[in-house]
Amino acid sequence: MHMNKKEYIEYAGNRAKKSNSVVNCIKAFIFGGFICCLGQGFRDLYVFLGEEELVASTLSSVTLIFLAGLFTGIGWFDKIAKHAGAGTLVPITGFSNAVTAPAIDAKSEGFITGVASQMFVIAGPVIVYGTVASIIYGIIYFFIYRSGGI
Amino acid sequence: MKNSVLQYENVFIADTATHVGKNELEGPLKDYFDMYDEDIYFGQKTFEKAESELVRRSLNLLFKKTGKKPEDISLLLGGDLLNQCVATSFGVAGTQIPFLGLYGACSTIIEASIVACSFINGGFVDNAAVVSSSHFCTAERQYRFPLEYGSQKTPTSQNTVTGCGTYLLQNTPTPYRICEAVIGKVVDNGIKDANNMGAAMATAAVDTLLRYFNESNARAENFDIIATGDLGKEGHELSVELLKRCGLDLGDKYTDCGMLIYDLNKQDMHSGASGCACIATVFGGYIFKRMQKKEINNALIIGTGALLNRNSSLQNESIPSVAHLIHVVRD
Repeated sequence: MHMNKKEYIEYAGNRAKKSNSVVNCIKAFIFGGFICCLGQGFRDLYVFLGEEELVASTLSSVTLIFLAGLFTGIGWFDKIAKHAGAGTLVPITGFSNAVTAPAIDAKSEGFITGVASQMFVIAGPVIVYGTVASIIYGIIYFFIYRSGGI
Repeated sequence: MKNSVLQYENVFIADTATHVGKNELEGPLKDYFDMYDEDIYFGQKTFEKAESELVRRSLNLLFKKTGKKPEDISLLLGGDLLNQCVATSFGVAGTQIPFLGLYGACSTIIEASIVACSFINGGFVDNAAVVSSSHFCTAERQYRFPLEYGSQKTPTSQNTVTGCGTYLLQNTPTPYRICEAVIGKVVDNGIKDANNMGAAMATAAVDTLLRYFNESNARAENFDIIATGDLGKEGHELSVELLKRCGLDLGDKYTDCGMLIYDLNKQDMHSGASGCACIATVFGGYIFKRMQKKEINNALIIGTGALLNRNSSLQNESIPSVAHLIHVVRD
Protein backbone atom coordinates (compact mmCIF):
# COMPACT_ATOMS: atom_id res chain seq x y z
CA MET A 1 0.00 0.00 0.00
CA HIS A 2 3.10 2.16 -0.26
CA MET A 3 2.78 3.20 3.39
CA ASN A 4 4.64 2.05 6.44
CA LYS A 5 2.96 1.71 9.85
CA LYS A 6 3.89 5.21 10.97
CA GLU A 7 2.56 6.79 7.80
CA TYR A 8 -0.66 4.75 7.99
CA ILE A 9 -1.30 5.68 11.64
CA GLU A 10 -0.81 9.33 10.73
CA TYR A 11 -2.98 9.03 7.62
CA ALA A 12 -5.83 7.25 9.44
CA GLY A 13 -5.52 9.60 12.43
CA ASN A 14 -5.72 12.71 10.26
CA ARG A 15 -8.83 11.63 8.38
CA ALA A 16 -10.71 10.35 11.46
CA LYS A 17 -13.48 12.72 12.47
CA LYS A 18 -12.76 14.21 15.88
CA SER A 19 -15.24 14.89 18.65
CA ASN A 20 -16.43 18.49 18.59
CA SER A 21 -14.53 19.95 21.55
CA VAL A 22 -16.22 23.36 21.46
CA VAL A 23 -19.75 21.91 21.59
CA ASN A 24 -18.64 19.35 24.22
CA CYS A 25 -17.11 22.12 26.37
CA ILE A 26 -20.23 24.28 26.17
CA LYS A 27 -22.50 21.33 27.04
CA ALA A 28 -20.17 20.31 29.89
CA PHE A 29 -20.18 23.88 31.21
CA ILE A 30 -23.99 24.09 31.20
CA PHE A 31 -24.62 20.62 32.69
CA GLY A 32 -21.76 20.95 35.20
CA GLY A 33 -22.95 24.41 36.21
CA PHE A 34 -26.49 23.12 36.64
CA ILE A 35 -25.28 20.31 38.94
CA CYS A 36 -23.27 22.81 41.01
CA CYS A 37 -26.32 25.10 41.30
CA LEU A 38 -28.35 22.10 42.35
CA GLY A 39 -25.75 21.33 45.04
CA GLN A 40 -25.87 24.93 46.23
CA GLY A 41 -29.68 24.72 46.28
CA PHE A 42 -29.60 21.63 48.49
CA ARG A 43 -27.09 23.32 50.81
CA ASP A 44 -29.30 26.40 51.16
CA LEU A 45 -32.30 24.15 51.73
CA TYR A 46 -30.55 22.27 54.54
CA VAL A 47 -29.41 25.57 56.15
CA PHE A 48 -33.00 26.82 55.86
CA LEU A 49 -34.16 23.63 57.57
CA GLY A 50 -31.90 24.48 60.46
CA GLU A 51 -28.65 22.54 59.82
CA GLU A 52 -25.24 24.04 60.55
CA GLU A 53 -23.36 25.19 57.43
CA LEU A 54 -20.73 22.42 57.59
CA VAL A 55 -23.38 19.74 58.04
CA ALA A 56 -25.49 21.31 55.27
CA SER A 57 -22.50 21.12 52.87
CA THR A 58 -21.92 17.46 53.69
CA LEU A 59 -25.61 16.66 53.29
CA SER A 60 -25.60 18.45 49.94
CA SER A 61 -22.76 16.18 48.70
CA VAL A 62 -24.53 13.12 50.06
CA THR A 63 -27.72 14.09 48.22
CA LEU A 64 -25.88 14.51 44.90
CA ILE A 65 -24.08 11.18 45.38
CA PHE A 66 -27.42 9.48 46.11
CA LEU A 67 -29.16 11.04 43.11
CA ALA A 68 -26.31 10.10 40.74
CA GLY A 69 -26.40 6.54 42.08
CA LEU A 70 -30.17 6.40 41.70
CA PHE A 71 -30.04 7.78 38.15
CA THR A 72 -27.35 5.23 37.28
CA GLY A 73 -29.54 2.43 38.61
CA ILE A 74 -32.59 3.43 36.64
CA GLY A 75 -30.55 3.92 33.47
CA TRP A 76 -30.75 7.72 33.12
CA PHE A 77 -27.20 8.69 34.01
CA ASP A 78 -25.43 7.33 30.92
CA LYS A 79 -28.05 8.95 28.70
CA ILE A 80 -27.42 12.34 30.32
CA ALA A 81 -23.63 11.85 30.46
CA LYS A 82 -23.55 11.06 26.73
CA HIS A 83 -24.30 14.75 26.20
CA ALA A 84 -22.98 16.27 29.41
CA GLY A 85 -19.51 14.63 29.27
CA ALA A 86 -17.22 16.29 31.78
CA GLY A 87 -20.26 18.18 33.10
CA THR A 88 -21.42 15.06 34.91
CA LEU A 89 -17.97 13.45 35.24
CA VAL A 90 -16.11 16.18 37.12
CA PRO A 91 -18.60 16.95 39.95
CA ILE A 92 -19.13 14.36 42.69
CA THR A 93 -21.86 12.81 40.49
CA GLY A 94 -19.22 11.29 38.17
CA PHE A 95 -17.56 9.55 41.08
CA SER A 96 -20.86 8.15 42.27
CA ASN A 97 -21.61 6.82 38.77
CA ALA A 98 -18.11 5.34 38.46
CA VAL A 99 -18.76 3.26 41.59
CA THR A 100 -22.43 2.40 41.01
CA ALA A 101 -22.19 1.40 37.33
CA PRO A 102 -19.62 -1.41 37.72
CA ALA A 103 -21.36 -2.57 40.91
CA ILE A 104 -24.65 -3.03 39.04
CA ASP A 105 -22.83 -4.66 36.12
CA ALA A 106 -20.97 -7.18 38.26
CA LYS A 107 -24.07 -8.45 40.08
CA SER A 108 -24.14 -11.48 37.80
CA GLU A 109 -20.73 -12.55 39.15
CA GLY A 110 -21.95 -12.59 42.77
CA PHE A 111 -21.74 -10.16 45.69
CA ILE A 112 -18.14 -10.95 46.72
CA THR A 113 -16.31 -11.83 43.50
CA GLY A 114 -18.57 -9.52 41.48
CA VAL A 115 -20.07 -6.44 43.12
CA ALA A 116 -17.50 -5.89 45.88
CA SER A 117 -14.41 -6.60 43.80
CA GLN A 118 -15.52 -4.79 40.64
CA MET A 119 -17.03 -1.76 42.36
CA PHE A 120 -13.76 0.21 42.39
CA VAL A 121 -12.50 -0.84 38.99
CA ILE A 122 -12.96 2.69 37.59
CA ALA A 123 -12.91 4.79 40.77
CA GLY A 124 -9.97 2.85 42.28
CA PRO A 125 -7.22 4.83 40.55
CA VAL A 126 -8.89 8.11 41.59
CA ILE A 127 -9.00 6.97 45.23
CA VAL A 128 -5.39 5.70 45.21
CA TYR A 129 -3.82 8.66 43.45
CA GLY A 130 -6.14 11.13 45.18
CA THR A 131 -4.96 9.81 48.54
CA VAL A 132 -1.30 9.87 47.43
CA ALA A 133 -1.70 13.45 46.20
CA SER A 134 -3.29 14.52 49.51
CA ILE A 135 -0.40 12.95 51.47
CA ILE A 136 2.15 14.80 49.35
CA TYR A 137 0.14 18.00 49.75
CA GLY A 138 0.00 17.42 53.51
CA ILE A 139 3.77 16.98 53.77
CA ILE A 140 4.45 20.13 51.76
CA TYR A 141 1.91 22.00 53.88
CA PHE A 142 3.57 20.70 57.07
CA PHE A 143 7.07 21.82 56.11
CA ILE A 144 6.11 25.21 54.70
CA TYR A 145 3.61 26.39 57.30
CA ARG A 146 3.94 24.35 60.47
CA SER A 147 7.70 23.85 60.79
CA GLY A 148 8.23 27.57 60.29
CA GLY A 149 5.97 28.18 63.27
CA ILE A 150 3.48 30.23 61.24
CA MET B 1 3.38 -17.46 -6.08
CA LYS B 2 0.84 -19.91 -4.81
CA ASN B 3 -2.73 -19.00 -5.65
CA SER B 4 -4.62 -18.04 -2.52
CA VAL B 5 -8.11 -18.39 -4.01
CA LEU B 6 -9.73 -21.66 -2.92
CA GLN B 7 -12.19 -23.19 -5.37
CA TYR B 8 -15.24 -25.21 -4.32
CA GLU B 9 -17.41 -27.29 -6.62
CA ASN B 10 -20.21 -28.70 -4.52
CA VAL B 11 -20.93 -26.48 -1.55
CA PHE B 12 -24.41 -25.01 -1.35
CA ILE B 13 -26.28 -22.90 1.19
CA ALA B 14 -29.47 -24.73 2.21
CA ASP B 15 -30.86 -21.85 4.24
CA THR B 16 -30.03 -19.24 6.87
CA ALA B 17 -31.61 -18.12 10.14
CA THR B 18 -31.10 -14.75 11.82
CA HIS B 19 -32.16 -13.29 15.14
CA VAL B 20 -31.64 -9.66 16.18
CA GLY B 21 -32.36 -7.26 19.03
CA LYS B 22 -34.12 -3.91 19.37
CA ASN B 23 -31.59 -1.52 17.78
CA GLU B 24 -31.24 -3.72 14.71
CA LEU B 25 -35.01 -3.87 14.43
CA GLU B 26 -35.12 -0.08 14.36
CA GLY B 27 -32.66 -0.05 11.45
CA PRO B 28 -33.39 -0.13 7.72
CA LEU B 29 -32.94 -3.93 7.35
CA LYS B 30 -35.64 -4.90 9.86
CA ASP B 31 -37.78 -6.78 7.33
CA TYR B 32 -34.92 -9.08 6.34
CA PHE B 33 -34.36 -10.70 9.74
CA ASP B 34 -36.23 -13.86 10.75
CA MET B 35 -36.66 -13.23 14.46
CA TYR B 36 -36.35 -10.37 16.89
CA ASP B 37 -36.84 -9.73 20.57
CA GLU B 38 -36.93 -6.32 22.20
CA ASP B 39 -36.00 -7.81 25.59
CA ILE B 40 -32.26 -7.24 25.91
CA TYR B 41 -32.09 -10.24 28.28
CA PHE B 42 -34.01 -12.55 25.89
CA GLY B 43 -35.80 -13.95 28.93
CA GLN B 44 -32.55 -14.88 30.73
CA LYS B 45 -30.96 -13.69 33.96
CA THR B 46 -27.62 -12.41 32.63
CA PHE B 47 -26.46 -10.86 29.37
CA GLU B 48 -24.07 -13.78 28.81
CA LYS B 49 -26.95 -16.23 29.13
CA ALA B 50 -28.95 -13.98 26.80
CA GLU B 51 -26.31 -14.33 24.08
CA SER B 52 -26.36 -18.12 24.41
CA GLU B 53 -30.15 -17.99 24.16
CA LEU B 54 -29.75 -16.10 20.86
CA VAL B 55 -27.57 -18.95 19.59
CA ARG B 56 -30.11 -21.56 20.74
CA ARG B 57 -33.07 -19.77 19.18
CA SER B 58 -31.25 -19.19 15.88
CA LEU B 59 -30.15 -22.81 15.59
CA ASN B 60 -33.65 -24.08 16.39
CA LEU B 61 -35.03 -21.80 13.69
CA LEU B 62 -32.42 -23.08 11.21
CA PHE B 63 -33.42 -26.67 11.98
CA LYS B 64 -37.07 -25.74 11.49
CA LYS B 65 -36.47 -23.87 8.21
CA THR B 66 -34.37 -26.65 6.72
CA GLY B 67 -36.53 -29.47 8.08
CA LYS B 68 -33.48 -31.03 9.76
CA LYS B 69 -33.03 -32.47 13.20
CA PRO B 70 -29.74 -31.89 15.04
CA GLU B 71 -28.78 -35.54 14.43
CA ASP B 72 -29.06 -34.95 10.65
CA ILE B 73 -26.24 -32.41 10.81
CA SER B 74 -22.69 -33.76 10.64
CA LEU B 75 -20.72 -30.81 11.89
CA LEU B 76 -21.29 -27.51 13.67
CA LEU B 77 -18.74 -24.68 13.55
CA GLY B 78 -18.86 -21.31 15.21
CA GLY B 79 -17.71 -18.82 17.76
CA ASP B 80 -18.30 -15.44 19.35
CA LEU B 81 -16.50 -12.64 21.17
CA LEU B 82 -16.92 -13.72 24.79
CA ASN B 83 -13.85 -15.05 26.59
CA GLN B 84 -13.06 -18.50 25.18
CA CYS B 85 -16.23 -18.42 23.01
CA VAL B 86 -18.55 -19.42 25.87
CA ALA B 87 -21.70 -17.93 24.33
CA THR B 88 -21.50 -20.44 21.49
CA SER B 89 -20.41 -23.34 23.72
CA PHE B 90 -23.45 -22.95 25.99
CA GLY B 91 -25.72 -22.22 23.06
CA VAL B 92 -24.82 -25.36 21.10
CA ALA B 93 -24.49 -27.73 24.06
CA GLY B 94 -28.06 -28.99 23.69
CA THR B 95 -27.67 -29.96 20.04
CA GLN B 96 -25.09 -32.74 20.50
CA ILE B 97 -23.68 -32.07 17.01
CA PRO B 98 -19.88 -32.56 16.65
CA PHE B 99 -18.53 -29.05 17.19
CA LEU B 100 -15.49 -27.03 16.19
CA GLY B 101 -15.11 -23.74 18.05
CA LEU B 102 -13.46 -21.01 16.02
CA TYR B 103 -12.30 -17.48 16.74
CA GLY B 104 -11.84 -14.83 14.10
CA ALA B 105 -13.48 -12.02 16.07
CA CYS B 106 -16.16 -10.44 13.87
CA SER B 107 -15.07 -12.51 10.84
CA THR B 108 -15.91 -15.77 12.64
CA ILE B 109 -18.96 -16.74 10.58
CA ILE B 110 -16.98 -16.41 7.33
CA GLU B 111 -14.02 -18.28 8.82
CA ALA B 112 -16.45 -21.00 9.92
CA SER B 113 -18.04 -21.06 6.45
CA ILE B 114 -14.64 -21.50 4.77
CA VAL B 115 -13.74 -24.39 7.09
CA ALA B 116 -17.18 -25.94 6.55
CA CYS B 117 -16.83 -25.57 2.75
CA SER B 118 -13.49 -27.38 2.87
CA PHE B 119 -14.98 -30.24 4.92
CA ILE B 120 -17.92 -30.56 2.52
CA ASN B 121 -15.95 -30.15 -0.70
CA GLY B 122 -13.34 -32.58 0.56
CA GLY B 123 -16.04 -35.18 1.03
CA PHE B 124 -15.62 -35.53 4.78
CA VAL B 125 -19.16 -34.47 5.67
CA ASP B 126 -22.42 -34.02 3.76
CA ASN B 127 -23.47 -30.91 5.59
CA ALA B 128 -22.33 -28.47 8.25
CA ALA B 129 -23.97 -25.66 10.16
CA VAL B 130 -22.10 -22.45 10.99
CA VAL B 131 -23.10 -20.02 13.74
CA SER B 132 -21.84 -16.78 15.24
CA SER B 133 -23.30 -14.31 17.71
CA SER B 134 -22.62 -11.07 19.52
CA HIS B 135 -24.49 -9.04 22.13
CA PHE B 136 -24.03 -5.33 22.75
CA CYS B 137 -24.08 -5.70 26.54
CA THR B 138 -21.65 -8.62 26.80
CA ALA B 139 -19.22 -6.91 24.41
CA GLU B 140 -19.40 -3.60 26.28
CA ARG B 141 -18.76 -5.38 29.56
CA GLN B 142 -15.80 -7.30 28.18
CA TYR B 143 -14.08 -4.72 26.01
CA ARG B 144 -15.21 -1.30 27.26
CA PHE B 145 -16.94 0.13 30.32
CA PRO B 146 -19.80 -1.04 32.54
CA LEU B 147 -23.08 -0.47 30.76
CA GLU B 148 -24.40 2.34 32.94
CA TYR B 149 -21.08 4.19 33.12
CA GLY B 150 -21.47 7.70 31.76
CA SER B 151 -18.92 8.02 28.99
CA GLN B 152 -18.82 9.72 25.62
CA LYS B 153 -17.99 7.84 22.42
CA THR B 154 -15.84 9.15 19.61
CA PRO B 155 -17.22 9.58 16.06
CA THR B 156 -15.10 6.63 14.83
CA SER B 157 -16.43 4.19 17.46
CA GLN B 158 -18.86 1.43 16.49
CA ASN B 159 -21.84 -0.26 18.13
CA THR B 160 -21.85 -4.03 18.69
CA VAL B 161 -24.78 -5.75 17.00
CA THR B 162 -27.04 -7.83 19.24
CA GLY B 163 -27.91 -10.86 17.18
CA CYS B 164 -27.01 -14.24 15.82
CA GLY B 165 -26.73 -15.67 12.33
CA THR B 166 -26.56 -19.32 11.38
CA TYR B 167 -26.36 -21.03 7.98
CA LEU B 168 -26.64 -24.63 6.84
CA LEU B 169 -24.12 -25.60 4.15
CA GLN B 170 -24.46 -28.91 2.28
CA ASN B 171 -23.36 -30.88 -0.78
CA THR B 172 -26.96 -31.32 -2.02
CA PRO B 173 -27.50 -28.68 -4.71
CA THR B 174 -29.54 -25.54 -4.04
CA PRO B 175 -29.45 -22.36 -6.15
CA TYR B 176 -26.96 -20.76 -3.76
CA ARG B 177 -23.40 -21.95 -4.21
CA ILE B 178 -20.22 -20.93 -2.41
CA CYS B 179 -17.70 -21.19 -5.22
CA GLU B 180 -14.57 -19.44 -3.98
CA ALA B 181 -12.88 -18.35 -0.79
CA VAL B 182 -9.77 -16.49 0.30
CA ILE B 183 -8.34 -17.05 3.77
CA GLY B 184 -7.15 -13.78 5.26
CA LYS B 185 -3.69 -12.99 6.57
CA VAL B 186 -3.24 -11.27 9.91
CA VAL B 187 -2.38 -7.67 9.09
CA ASP B 188 -0.99 -5.36 11.76
CA ASN B 189 -0.97 -1.78 10.55
CA GLY B 190 -0.02 -0.26 13.90
CA ILE B 191 -3.42 1.27 14.79
CA LYS B 192 -3.91 1.12 18.57
CA ASP B 193 -7.17 3.01 19.00
CA ALA B 194 -9.88 0.51 19.99
CA ASN B 195 -12.39 3.25 19.15
CA ASN B 196 -11.22 3.21 15.54
CA MET B 197 -11.37 -0.48 14.68
CA GLY B 198 -12.44 0.41 11.14
CA ALA B 199 -8.98 1.88 10.51
CA ALA B 200 -7.36 -1.19 12.07
CA MET B 201 -9.32 -3.64 9.90
CA ALA B 202 -9.34 -1.65 6.64
CA THR B 203 -5.87 -2.81 5.55
CA ALA B 204 -6.73 -6.47 6.20
CA ALA B 205 -9.83 -6.13 3.99
CA VAL B 206 -7.77 -4.38 1.32
CA ASP B 207 -5.12 -7.13 1.41
CA THR B 208 -7.71 -9.89 0.96
CA LEU B 209 -9.59 -8.03 -1.80
CA LEU B 210 -6.38 -7.28 -3.69
CA ARG B 211 -5.28 -10.91 -3.48
CA TYR B 212 -8.68 -12.05 -4.74
CA PHE B 213 -8.89 -9.68 -7.70
CA ASN B 214 -5.22 -10.12 -8.64
CA GLU B 215 -5.29 -13.89 -8.53
CA SER B 216 -8.71 -14.64 -10.00
CA ASN B 217 -10.26 -13.57 -13.26
CA ALA B 218 -13.04 -11.78 -11.43
CA ARG B 219 -13.95 -8.22 -12.30
CA ALA B 220 -15.61 -5.89 -9.81
CA GLU B 221 -18.43 -4.95 -12.22
CA ASN B 222 -19.61 -8.59 -12.38
CA PHE B 223 -20.69 -8.53 -8.73
CA ASP B 224 -24.06 -7.30 -7.53
CA ILE B 225 -22.66 -6.61 -4.09
CA ILE B 226 -19.21 -6.61 -2.51
CA ALA B 227 -19.71 -6.31 1.23
CA THR B 228 -17.16 -6.19 4.01
CA GLY B 229 -18.16 -7.15 7.56
CA ASP B 230 -17.86 -4.31 10.02
CA LEU B 231 -15.42 -1.67 8.84
CA GLY B 232 -18.07 0.94 9.59
CA LYS B 233 -18.25 4.24 7.72
CA GLU B 234 -14.73 5.23 8.76
CA GLY B 235 -13.08 1.94 7.80
CA HIS B 236 -15.10 1.65 4.61
CA GLU B 237 -14.05 5.07 3.36
CA LEU B 238 -10.44 4.30 4.30
CA SER B 239 -10.54 1.00 2.41
CA VAL B 240 -11.99 2.72 -0.70
CA GLU B 241 -9.11 5.23 -0.62
CA LEU B 242 -6.49 2.51 -0.09
CA LEU B 243 -7.91 0.30 -2.87
CA LYS B 244 -7.88 3.25 -5.28
CA ARG B 245 -4.24 3.91 -4.42
CA CYS B 246 -3.58 0.32 -5.43
CA GLY B 247 -5.50 0.77 -8.67
CA LEU B 248 -8.67 -1.11 -7.74
CA ASP B 249 -11.99 0.72 -7.98
CA LEU B 250 -14.88 -1.44 -6.76
CA GLY B 251 -17.53 1.16 -7.58
CA ASP B 252 -20.84 1.66 -5.81
CA LYS B 253 -21.44 -2.09 -5.36
CA TYR B 254 -18.82 -1.96 -2.64
CA THR B 255 -20.38 -1.51 0.78
CA ASP B 256 -20.07 -2.58 4.41
CA CYS B 257 -22.54 -4.52 6.56
CA GLY B 258 -21.70 -2.20 9.47
CA MET B 259 -23.08 0.75 7.50
CA LEU B 260 -26.18 -1.10 6.27
CA ILE B 261 -27.69 -2.47 9.49
CA TYR B 262 -28.29 0.89 11.22
CA ASP B 263 -29.60 4.18 9.94
CA LEU B 264 -26.49 6.26 10.61
CA ASN B 265 -28.42 9.52 10.28
CA LYS B 266 -31.21 8.67 12.72
CA GLN B 267 -29.69 6.11 15.09
CA ASP B 268 -26.85 7.28 17.32
CA MET B 269 -24.37 4.67 16.11
CA HIS B 270 -21.35 6.85 15.27
CA SER B 271 -19.32 5.01 12.59
CA GLY B 272 -21.78 2.09 12.35
CA ALA B 273 -22.01 -1.48 13.55
CA SER B 274 -19.50 -4.09 14.62
CA GLY B 275 -19.59 -7.53 16.23
CA CYS B 276 -19.74 -11.12 15.01
CA ALA B 277 -23.48 -10.80 14.41
CA CYS B 278 -23.02 -7.85 12.06
CA ILE B 279 -21.97 -9.78 8.94
CA ALA B 280 -23.66 -12.96 10.23
CA THR B 281 -27.11 -11.33 10.23
CA VAL B 282 -26.62 -8.96 7.28
CA PHE B 283 -25.42 -11.75 4.98
CA GLY B 284 -27.83 -14.36 6.37
CA GLY B 285 -30.73 -11.89 6.42
CA TYR B 286 -30.40 -9.05 3.96
CA ILE B 287 -28.04 -10.40 1.28
CA PHE B 288 -29.23 -14.02 1.27
CA LYS B 289 -32.90 -13.03 1.15
CA ARG B 290 -32.19 -10.68 -1.74
CA MET B 291 -30.51 -13.63 -3.47
CA GLN B 292 -33.69 -15.65 -2.89
CA LYS B 293 -35.68 -12.83 -4.50
CA LYS B 294 -33.22 -12.91 -7.44
CA GLU B 295 -32.17 -9.33 -6.74
CA ILE B 296 -28.58 -10.43 -6.09
CA ASN B 297 -26.94 -13.19 -8.13
CA ASN B 298 -23.28 -12.68 -7.43
CA ALA B 299 -21.98 -11.63 -4.03
CA LEU B 300 -18.56 -11.20 -2.54
CA ILE B 301 -18.62 -11.33 1.26
CA ILE B 302 -15.60 -10.34 3.31
CA GLY B 303 -15.70 -11.01 7.06
CA THR B 304 -13.44 -8.62 8.96
CA GLY B 305 -12.12 -9.18 12.46
CA ALA B 306 -10.17 -7.01 14.91
CA LEU B 307 -8.12 -9.46 16.97
CA LEU B 308 -7.68 -7.46 20.15
CA ASN B 309 -8.47 -8.21 23.75
CA ARG B 310 -8.73 -6.08 26.85
CA ASN B 311 -5.20 -6.76 28.04
CA SER B 312 -3.61 -6.07 24.67
CA SER B 313 -5.41 -2.71 24.62
CA LEU B 314 -4.30 -1.88 28.17
CA GLN B 315 -0.73 -2.85 27.27
CA ASN B 316 -0.91 -0.33 24.42
CA GLU B 317 -0.54 -2.97 21.73
CA SER B 318 -1.77 -2.44 18.19
CA ILE B 319 -4.82 -4.24 16.78
CA PRO B 320 -3.95 -7.15 14.45
CA SER B 321 -6.77 -7.74 11.99
CA VAL B 322 -7.92 -10.38 9.55
CA ALA B 323 -10.37 -10.54 6.62
CA HIS B 324 -11.75 -13.75 5.09
CA LEU B 325 -13.61 -13.77 1.79
CA ILE B 326 -16.28 -16.00 0.28
CA HIS B 327 -17.84 -15.74 -3.17
CA VAL B 328 -21.51 -16.77 -3.31
CA VAL B 329 -23.37 -17.19 -6.60
CA ARG B 330 -26.97 -17.87 -7.45
CA ASP B 331 -26.97 -20.46 -10.22
